[in-house]
Amino acid sequence: MQDGSNESVKKSFNARPSYDHKVDIETYVVDDSQIKVDSLSKMEKNTRKTMENVGIVTDEKDRAGTIMFINNKVSYCSIRSQDGLEIMPMSEAGEKYHWLKDYCWKAVNPESDEYTKRAYHDNADGYFIHVLPGYHIKDPIQSCMMIGTKKGIQTLHNVIVIENGGYLEIITGCATGSHVNEGLHISISEIYVKDDAEVVFSMVHNWGTKTAVRPRTTCILNKNARYTNNYILLEPVGTLQSNPSCFLNGKGSSCKFNTICLAQKESDIDIGGIAILNAPNTSAEIISRNICNGGRIIARGRLVGNSNDTKAHLECKSIMIKDGGRTEAIPELEATVPNVEMTHEAAVGKIAREQIEYLMSRGLSESDAISMIVRGFLIGSINGLSENLRSKVDDAIKKTDLGN
Amino acid sequence: MKSGDEVNLVLEVKDLHVEAGGKEILKGVSFTVMKGETCVLFGPNGSGKSTLLSAIMGLTTCKVTHGEIIFNGKNITGMAVNERAKMGIGMMMQRPPNVTGVTLGDLCKAISSEDHLILKKSSEFKMKSFLERDINVGFSGGEIKRSELMQLMAQKPDFILLDEPESGVDLENISLIGRKVHELLYSKEDSKCKDRTELEYKHVSSLIITHTGQILDYTDADRAFVLMDGLIRCTGRPMDIFKDIREKGYEGCVSCRMVQTSQ
Repeated sequence: MQDGSNESVKKSFNARPSYDHKVDIETYVVDDSQIKVDSLSKMEKNTRKTMENVGIVTDEKDRAGTIMFINNKVSYCSIRSQDGLEIMPMSEAGEKYHWLKDYCWKAVNPESDEYTKRAYHDNADGYFIHVLPGYHIKDPIQSCMMIGTKKGIQTLHNVIVIENGGYLEIITGCATGSHVNEGLHISISEIYVKDDAEVVFSMVHNWGTKTAVRPRTTCILNKNARYTNNYILLEPVGTLQSNPSCFLNGKGSSCKFNTICLAQKESDIDIGGIAILNAPNTSAEIISRNICNGGRIIARGRLVGNSNDTKAHLECKSIMIKDGGRTEAIPELEATVPNVEMTHEAAVGKIAREQIEYLMSRGLSESDAISMIVRGFLIGSINGLSENLRSKVDDAIKKTDLGN
Repeated sequence: MKSGDEVNLVLEVKDLHVEAGGKEILKGVSFTVMKGETCVLFGPNGSGKSTLLSAIMGLTTCKVTHGEIIFNGKNITGMAVNERAKMGIGMMMQRPPNVTGVTLGDLCKAISSEDHLILKKSSEFKMKSFLERDINVGFSGGEIKRSELMQLMAQKPDFILLDEPESGVDLENISLIGRKVHELLYSKEDSKCKDRTELEYKHVSSLIITHTGQILDYTDADRAFVLMDGLIRCTGRPMDIFKDIREKGYEGCVSCRMVQTSQ
C-alpha cells in the first residue's frame, strides 16, 4: 500500500515523458501575412541564400516545378511546361478538385497528437502535388518551407498523389529565415502512391538553433508502388521529432528510409521511420546513420510484419564524436504472422582509433582521417543518394569541427 | 661533421622499450637501417616483431616507455602517425582494420599525387573491381596484401615497413605480391637483382617481417635481425639466418650465433 509520502514520486508528477521534448504551441506567433513573388529571383538575397543552402535551385534549372511557403502562406508556385504534373496550394486544390477530400486526413489521423491537431484546427494550407497516370516526371520538383518571422509558427498540410505508373522526385528544403532563430514548424504530409508508381522524397533541413520541428508524414503504397524517403539534417536545430510511417498495403510494394543526421551541440533530435508491411511480397529498408557531435539523438526504426512473404531490414547506427552528447538507438521489430524475414542492426560507439591511425599512416591528418570515416559512415552504405545530397554532406563535414 | 655512416643512416632505434596491452613487449631493442638497405626481421610468434613495426610507425596501440626512434636524423619517438608518414615512412599492416564506407579508390585518390594512374595501377594489382569496395571489408588474405601494396605504391614512401607480406597469400598470388614488393623497393618489377645505381638514387629502405622466408626470393635482402623475447638476439646475412632457423629453430639459431660471436 502506498502512503503518498515518497518525495521522489511526488516530484515525478511534473516530469516530462522520457521521449517528448515539450513544446508550448501557444507561445508562438501566428503570422498570416503573405509575401508573394512571381519569380524566385525577386526573393530577397538572404532568403535566396537560405533556400540554396537547403538544396533549392533558385533559377529553377533542371526543376520541373517549385512551390514555396513563407510562414503559412504560399509565396511562389510555378510549373515548367511538364505534362502530367500539377502543383498548387491546397487551398486552391480543394476548390478545384472535390475528390481531394478523399485524401485529406485519411493517412494521418488529426487526433494523433497536439501538433497534428493544431494543423487540422488551423485548416492549414500547404502544397498539393499530383502526377497523372503513366507520367514519368524527368526533373525533380522542389518545395521550400520557411519560417520567416521571429518565434513564428508554421503549420502546413500537404497532399501528394502519384497516380498509377507515375514517377516523381520531390526535393524539400526547410529552413528558418536568416534573421530567425526561434520558431515552430508543423508540417503534415500525406503521400499516396498508386499501383506501379514511385516517389522519391528527399528533405534537407536547416533550422535555427532554437527552432522546434514537428513533421508528421505518412505514405500509403498500393500494388508494386515504391517509396524512398531521404532525410538529411546537418545543421544545429532546437528540437526535432520526426517518425514518418509507410503503409505497404499493395502486393509487391517497397519502401526505403534513409536518414543522415549530424546532432550538433544543443540539438535534440528524435528521428526514425516506421514500415508496416500489410501485403505479400512487400519489402522495407530503414537505414539511419547519425553522428552525435555534442547533441542528443534518438535513432528509431520500427518494422511491422502483418503479412506473410515479407522482408525488411533496419539499421540504426550512431557514432559519438565528442563527450557531452547522448545517443540512443531503438530498433523495433514486430510480426503478427510467421512467414516474415525481419532483421535489424543497431550500433552506438566512437570511431575506432585503429581506423583513424590506419588512414593517418597513409599521410592523412587526423581531422582528414576522421572526416573521411564520417563521410563513409554517413553516405557510404546509402544507395541512390543524389550527387547534390552527397555534396551537402561533404560540405557539412568540412565545416564541422569533428576533432576530439 | 657527420661521418659517412651517419649520413647514410635512415633509421636508428636506441634501447627501445615498448608496452602493449599493459605488458612490456620490447625490452631494449637497438638496431639501425642504412639508406637503400633491405632488412629482414625474423622471430617466433609473440616475440614483438609487429609491435616493433607499429612503434616505428607510431601507432598508439603500443606505448614507448623508454628509448628513441631516430628517422633521417630526427627524433620521431613522440611524433604523430601522419607526421611520420609525411616524413616518408609507410607500412603494410598484417591485419589492417576494416573501414566501412571508405572505398579503396577514395583512399588511393586522397593519398596519391598521381590519381590518374590509380586505374592503371589497380589493374596491375588485380584490384580494379575493388576500387569501389570498402577497404578491407570482406577482402581475402591475398586481396588485403594487394590492397596494402597498392596503397603504398600510391603513397610512395622512402622507408617501408612490411609485416608478413606473404601471409595468407595463395601460391598463384605470391609471385604477384613478390614482384610488387620488389617494384616498391627497387623500382623494377621483373628483376630479382636490384639495380644498385637506381636503388641509391631512390634511397628506398625497408624492414620486412617474414615467417616463411618466401619474400626473400623476391628481395635482395642485405641484413637480418632475430627478435626474441623482446630483444634483438642476432644479426647477420638473411639467407644464413633463415637457413639456421629452418634447421635448428629459433633457439638453436640464436645460441649457435652467440657461440660464433663469442668465438
